[in-house]
Amino acid sequence: MAHAAGAHAVHHAPQGFIRKYIFSMDHKVIGIQYWFLALLSVFVGMALSLYMRLRLAWPSGSFPFMGEGPMTPETYLSLLTMHGTIMVFFVLTTAPQGGFGNYVLPIQIGAADMAFPFLNMMSFWTTLLGFFVIIAAFFVSGGAPTGGWTGYPPLSAVGEIAGPGQGLGQTLWIVSIAIFAVGSLLGSLNFITTTIDLRAKGMSLMRMPLTVWTWFVTSILMLLSFAVLLAAGILLLMDRELGTSFFIPAGLVISEQVINHKGGSPLLWQHLFWFFGHPEVYIAILPGMGVTSQILSTFARKPIFGYRAMVYAIVAIGALGFFVWGHHMFISGLSPYSGLIFSMVTLTIGVPSAIKTFNWLGTLWGGQIRFATPMLYAIGFVSLFVSGGLSGPFLGQSSLDLYLHDTYFVVAHFHLVMGVAAIFGMFAGTVYWFPKMFGRMMNETLGKIHFWITFVGVYAIFMPMHYIGIAGHPRRYADTTAVDYLAALQPVHEFISIAAIITIAAQLFFVINFFWSLYRGPKASENPWEATTLEWTVPSPPPHDNFGGRTPVVYRGPYEYSVPGASQDYIMQTTPDTMVRGAK
Amino acid sequence: MAEAIIRGQPQVGGGAGRGDFPDGGLGDPDRGGGVPPGTVRRTYRTGMGLALLGISMLFVAFTSAYIVRSGLSNDWQPVELPPLVWWNTGALLASSITMELTRRALNSGLRAQCNRWLAATAALGLAFLVGQWGVWRQLSGHGIFLDTNPSSSFFYLLTASHALHLLGGLLALLYIVSEAWRYRLGPAKRTLVEVTAIYWHFMDGLWVYILLLLWFWR
Repeated sequence: MAHAAGAHAVHHAPQGFIRKYIFSMDHKVIGIQYWFLALLSVFVGMALSLYMRLRLAWPSGSFPFMGEGPMTPETYLSLLTMHGTIMVFFVLTTAPQGGFGNYVLPIQIGAADMAFPFLNMMSFWTTLLGFFVIIAAFFVSGGAPTGGWTGYPPLSAVGEIAGPGQGLGQTLWIVSIAIFAVGSLLGSLNFITTTIDLRAKGMSLMRMPLTVWTWFVTSILMLLSFAVLLAAGILLLMDRELGTSFFIPAGLVISEQVINHKGGSPLLWQHLFWFFGHPEVYIAILPGMGVTSQILSTFARKPIFGYRAMVYAIVAIGALGFFVWGHHMFISGLSPYSGLIFSMVTLTIGVPSAIKTFNWLGTLWGGQIRFATPMLYAIGFVSLFVSGGLSGPFLGQSSLDLYLHDTYFVVAHFHLVMGVAAIFGMFAGTVYWFPKMFGRMMNETLGKIHFWITFVGVYAIFMPMHYIGIAGHPRRYADTTAVDYLAALQPVHEFISIAAIITIAAQLFFVINFFWSLYRGPKASENPWEATTLEWTVPSPPPHDNFGGRTPVVYRGPYEYSVPGASQDYIMQTTPDTMVRGAK
Repeated sequence: MAEAIIRGQPQVGGGAGRGDFPDGGLGDPDRGGGVPPGTVRRTYRTGMGLALLGISMLFVAFTSAYIVRSGLSNDWQPVELPPLVWWNTGALLASSITMELTRRALNSGLRAQCNRWLAATAALGLAFLVGQWGVWRQLSGHGIFLDTNPSSSFFYLLTASHALHLLGGLLALLYIVSEAWRYRLGPAKRTLVEVTAIYWHFMDGLWVYILLLLWFWR
């Protein structure tokens, strides 16, 4: 695989538009391409969630582009499936890792580019192809699939007979996920190699910024888990198209028709899927943790509290993430003894998570805090991570999960901790690195307005979902008015939908700020945040090979702020001791 | 070094956070550009190791599905391996030996020997793939198809997935052969031959693993 890449770590700057901006091998351009793909995807995913919220709050209404009359439950399920799939894969996996990781990782470790630039380009184009395939599912006969982002068989395995969307739509879904898995595997291989082999002199492992640590560990998770998802996708596709029976049980009757398969097990899919699916949660959130650590330290003008503990916590979260997949299957007939083991390991993850939270608060404690927008989003991340994470120990116990599993409590939990917390990490990363990427600053006022409406908005959306979940409201239901005890919860749905509409509308502030600042923002200096890591030692935006032909040397750790005796309150990683002493 | 920074001179440094290396070649794209000598070689070896790790996970997933499915219901009927499988295995094992001889000949600068072993490796690899095609034809001739029973499904899945990966290795070999024909295969291409050899040996080992799985977990 690697030898086919035929590339070197450094290549000449391309001249033509196509090679420079479209089929570029420059990690910075590829990072921005990933970022824009995620931006496009998040708007598609958000539009789908808007339709779902409209349906839930006003069940009898008819909405633009959704046909005449009330939306059918099948349409609702297809919106749910596509929302989950697009958000998890093309937003939460794409922007934090492919976007920021690609742009920043090589510069932060002092490399001129990724180890395999051609492979890097192929990763992006493979991912983009996956995006086109999933979008195509909207436009085939039968429409988009209804099997959820987890694609559970037998619904996903038996084809058209299972309902609209389960024909070609579901096939495209599987193909898209398989393509995405291949793209992610190529990308992760590149990230790991780059981090292992291309660090500048002096950039020892314990001098790497925590962002680099999180991208590194995330890449390992991707390499090990996406290969399993790919295998599962191949088996599912074979069940659908080639008549095998891996996941389809014998004697299955659908629409009064006996399905001609025998002996397979839907549980087998769940095991394979969640072996990928749980690490995927950390793939989404770990880079956000890295960005948050970076920003909290920079804007509190203090070294990160407990750097080594943070590194070990990142590695522990990544490693434990491979042994908890069963907690997604407590209600699937899993042996109670297995459930107990999965439950114990799940609760153990609370330890490194608590260490991280404690250290973030320790970093803020007594700091000279600068409340610029990156800092607000980073604090928002911590808040959402704690609020969403605290419901984890409830769901991690099988006895409680039996009741809560198929309710809105789970929807609230994963949206807060994995969805919007990770999205706040992306906002933070965007505002923080925007000056480096585009050479201009984003607008602080627009940023603060966007932050506050979104921050309050997401709490208004997801907090009430905990309550309706505890009240026994099942998830995935399109219509709640037909059942008495659910009808009583209808006003809560209306409140959530109104909060969602306001929050979605507020995203315009971010988009306007982004594009306005791209052309009209004040010019950024080399190091506008007075940060210490290597990306702030090069011009904004950096030259093609990042360091203008030189190779940096690293003399110290990444978070040396407010060092006693130093002439300024931050010391760059490239500043040698002699210069610090000389500056006294 | 510190003086150089103070005077604003280029800083040079060295790869994977450690070590020193001579100034020559640094920052010069034509000589390896901005990275210490040996880095490209190291990245290719690391990258190949990681690629093999990813491929291993694919087959680990297939294996766990195989073991779980084999114990699920009574429709599992073991596939009798046709004798041709053993001939194919022999060809693949031999190709690993010739691949190793290719690598050694290249390192020793023995061009003619290198080309001979290289051609032998590619031919043996091709023979294996053709042989596998023959195995599938034989099985289907006996009415054992992909969807006949779960055991046959896994037989086709595992052997075809392996064949597809080996085909990738064969394409890399053919590229090396074409380079050799054009007298471009010198010690500078050592890395290319080395990582291909690693991949090839891995595919060999993977085949033995699949064979053992199919044989012992019937």
